[in-house]
Amino acid sequence: MGGYLPSTAEERRAMLEAIGCRSIEALYAQVPPEMRLEKLDLPEGKSELEVRRILEGLAAGNTVFPAVFRGAGAYRHYIPAIVKSVASKETFVTAYTPYQAELSQGVLQSIFEYQTMICALTGLDASNASVYDGASAAAEAVAMCRDRKRSTVLLSAAAHPMVRRTVETYCFGNGMTVKTVPTKNGFTDAEALAQMLDGTVACFYLQQPNYYGRIEAARALGEAVHAAGGKFIMGVNPIAMALLKTPGECGADIAVGEGQPLGLPLSFGGPYLGFMAATSALARKLPGRIVGETTDHQGRRAYVLTLQAREQHIRREKASSNVCSNQALCAMTAAVYLAAMGPRGLRQAAERCMAHARYAAERICAVRGFDLVYPGPYFHEFVTTCPGDPARVLEGLARRGILGGLPLEDGNLLWCATEVNTKGEIDALEQALREVV
Amino acid sequence: MELLFEKSRKGRGCDLLPPLDVPPAHLMEGMGREAPLDLPELSEVELSRHYSALERRAHGVNNGFYPLGSCTMKYNPRLHEELAALPGFAGVHPSQDPADVQGCLKVLRLAEELLCEITGMDAMTFQPAAGAHGELTALLMVKKYHLDRGDAGRTKILAPDSAHGTNPASAAMCGFTVVNVPSNPQGGVDLEALRAAAGPDTAALMLTNPNTLGLFDPNILEITQIVHDAGGLCYYDGANLNAVMGVVRPGDMGFDLVHLNLHKTFSTPHGGGGPGSGPVGCKDFLRDYLPAGYVEEGPRGLELRDPEKTIGRVKAFCGNFTVVVKALAYLLTLGAEGIPQAAQGAVLNANYLREQLRGTYDIAYGEGPCMHEFVLTLEKLKKETGVSALDVAKALIDQGIHPPTMYFPLIVEEALMFEPTETESRETLDHAAAVLKAIRAQADTDPAALHAAPVTTPIGRPDEVQAARHPVLRYRPPEVQP
Repeated sequence: MGGYLPSTAEERRAMLEAIGCRSIEALYAQVPPEMRLEKLDLPEGKSELEVRRILEGLAAGNTVFPAVFRGAGAYRHYIPAIVKSVASKETFVTAYTPYQAELSQGVLQSIFEYQTMICALTGLDASNASVYDGASAAAEAVAMCRDRKRSTVLLSAAAHPMVRRTVETYCFGNGMTVKTVPTKNGFTDAEALAQMLDGTVACFYLQQPNYYGRIEAARALGEAVHAAGGKFIMGVNPIAMALLKTPGECGADIAVGEGQPLGLPLSFGGPYLGFMAATSALARKLPGRIVGETTDHQGRRAYVLTLQAREQHIRREKASSNVCSNQALCAMTAAVYLAAMGPRGLRQAAERCMAHARYAAERICAVRGFDLVYPGPYFHEFVTTCPGDPARVLEGLARRGILGGLPLEDGNLLWCATEVNTKGEIDALEQALREVV
Repeated sequence: MELLFEKSRKGRGCDLLPPLDVPPAHLMEGMGREAPLDLPELSEVELSRHYSALERRAHGVNNGFYPLGSCTMKYNPRLHEELAALPGFAGVHPSQDPADVQGCLKVLRLAEELLCEITGMDAMTFQPAAGAHGELTALLMVKKYHLDRGDAGRTKILAPDSAHGTNPASAAMCGFTVVNVPSNPQGGVDLEALRAAAGPDTAALMLTNPNTLGLFDPNILEITQIVHDAGGLCYYDGANLNAVMGVVRPGDMGFDLVHLNLHKTFSTPHGGGGPGSGPVGCKDFLRDYLPAGYVEEGPRGLELRDPEKTIGRVKAFCGNFTVVVKALAYLLTLGAEGIPQAAQGAVLNANYLREQLRGTYDIAYGEGPCMHEFVLTLEKLKKETGVSALDVAKALIDQGIHPPTMYFPLIVEEALMFEPTETESRETLDHAAAVLKAIRAQADTDPAALHAAPVTTPIGRPDEVQAARHPVLRYRPPEVQP
């Protein structure tokens, strides 16, 4: 019998008999007969080999580019073998949320270690066990900042468009007002921010490095927000955190971000990882699960889901958030990645991202018609002009196995290079651009 | 067991990246990180053993029976992990041109078609990453729908007192007020109370059917009619769909929107807490409100479009995509006949285990048959012997069985909620019943032993009060303890 059902027809009959029931139908006596379904209009079930072939066929309908020069919220990095091996351990894959601490110390400890590493990356005091992705993390962070008098959110226009849209959508729900702080030369406009800050502002959200790859003067912007009594949220790239001033050092109250670069494949957008960290003053406002350390009755160190008074199953409509399922396995994956890379490896990866991006920008801009739009400091992404129709240029690159930069609304291209791009690949990109243009 | 940080030794590490092949780039002054990067330093062998040790201190569906009520811990087929890891899925950038991701878009489209047939809905989004995220998405659609029609007075969400805690929490995130509807003596919705609560301020009803008591509400058509008559929408919380998939459809029960938990009903693994996937389906008249990035047929094949009145986005990109790949493989494997068979198997297993326990434990609302799960109430046992639902749950751990859901639903005292799922064999259920009977007997003879359980695990019962009062949420080396 298919469908992963172990019981045979004979066993099912015997079980029905044991419960004194004539048929399985009788167990559905409470379902009004007039709405019972006769038969699903679906294909017949298939064997494992057939299903494998169908899905392999669908996968073959996608293009996987040997060379990727696109980021914009999803980044191709090297994933060490140990990361995949740990993340596919069957028990970690098939466990539920660790409600039963005695039976779940392995999962709980792995999350406690993850929380510690997120604190180390961001320079903040407390991390939760993850939320869905960087965009929903930003939206949850914004909701944390609301109080009776302050319900306006200032969003940098240099934040990822999907992050901004997600924040706007959550705020449509919770009634917070969203205002966008414009950009100037690819940076968040500090003067415009200063003018927008008033007693209704709950928080300001800044992305670092920003959507255009630029490194913002985060600390100064944060100081302005604090002077006006608002909270300062930073959305950060976790790999860049090996090099850049941390949110803690920039005075942020909350740091969030997309954790996908930490060992998760691109996977057409998910599953990814929303990480969230906050100052200890805000720790009890963090949404979702949090693991804490305690002891058992014999004094042995133990880990548990804690601060649950914030959560929906106890607080119901008064909960700080509705998050229960999160991205635990992705969080563990990120922890294994960070432990495998270690402080030196992560710094190396970040330095190589930056060096490859510099070199790529140089080579791309050696081609006539491509110019850096925003000169000055950037991490691993940068914007160039594009001579002619970006779609045509990108198509030409695609024919040569290269995923080029993301076309922006103004016709420019947003490029990215990471440690996995080689000098050879970058030189080939230059050559391809010369041929295409 | 030591933490990674305690095992760390300065100078150790893994050799992972090649030397730099282009000139180095440097940050400008004042941009750099000041604090040292406190990540652990370990060799690969140490890492490997660390996580193998952690794995031994955890329990998954592969380790044994996991009858966690409302969570549908069915077997997670191994095939699915391989399929999700195919380079043709795992290596695809989410911002690639639609022409280069037709395979991914077909996965979403096909999963949508199959799940719409199962739920009786007309369109579905896969953007929500979990069940609660699906609830939020659906309620935002409800809110926008009413507002677009100029019906701004619909500010209340009706939810039964047996509802999952996420229902009221999601409603609050959308600015709605929650009205709790009491249950009737049979465990279903009290129709009179519902009639009294429904009115011009009703935005929607949120309902799980079968409900958290494991009971199918026979008045369901009347329930959805009452809400519709009041001008409200009906929202189906799909947490318990496993009992009825292929047997009866939420769309035919009168629901307008539904969220599913692919990580429950459709066999995708839960990963120790996630990733899940919480697709939201709706009837045609709500299609325009779906999140941005909905898969539609265009001139060049499938593409992602923003529905006309879209609520916006609840997440970047297309949701937990490879979770959908796994669910699709499951749907194709089971097919038209396998899906109702799985539901029937789940209901049979739950009724079988319940009957084995009848007479040993009190069953809450135990008159008729149950659906995929049932709830024991240990109120009397606790009064007579001092042994609580918690004690019984912890005693199960010592026998290699993951405890059921405890103290839920809130309307049952000393509740233990069992959901065996269809992928368990009769022997497993017989064994669990025998263990539970032995525990019941021990409650009379040696209750102290049950209060002390579990004793076979790396730790005994943790001090949760201490954890909450003095939160330690991260490791700090001994020299910098605050």
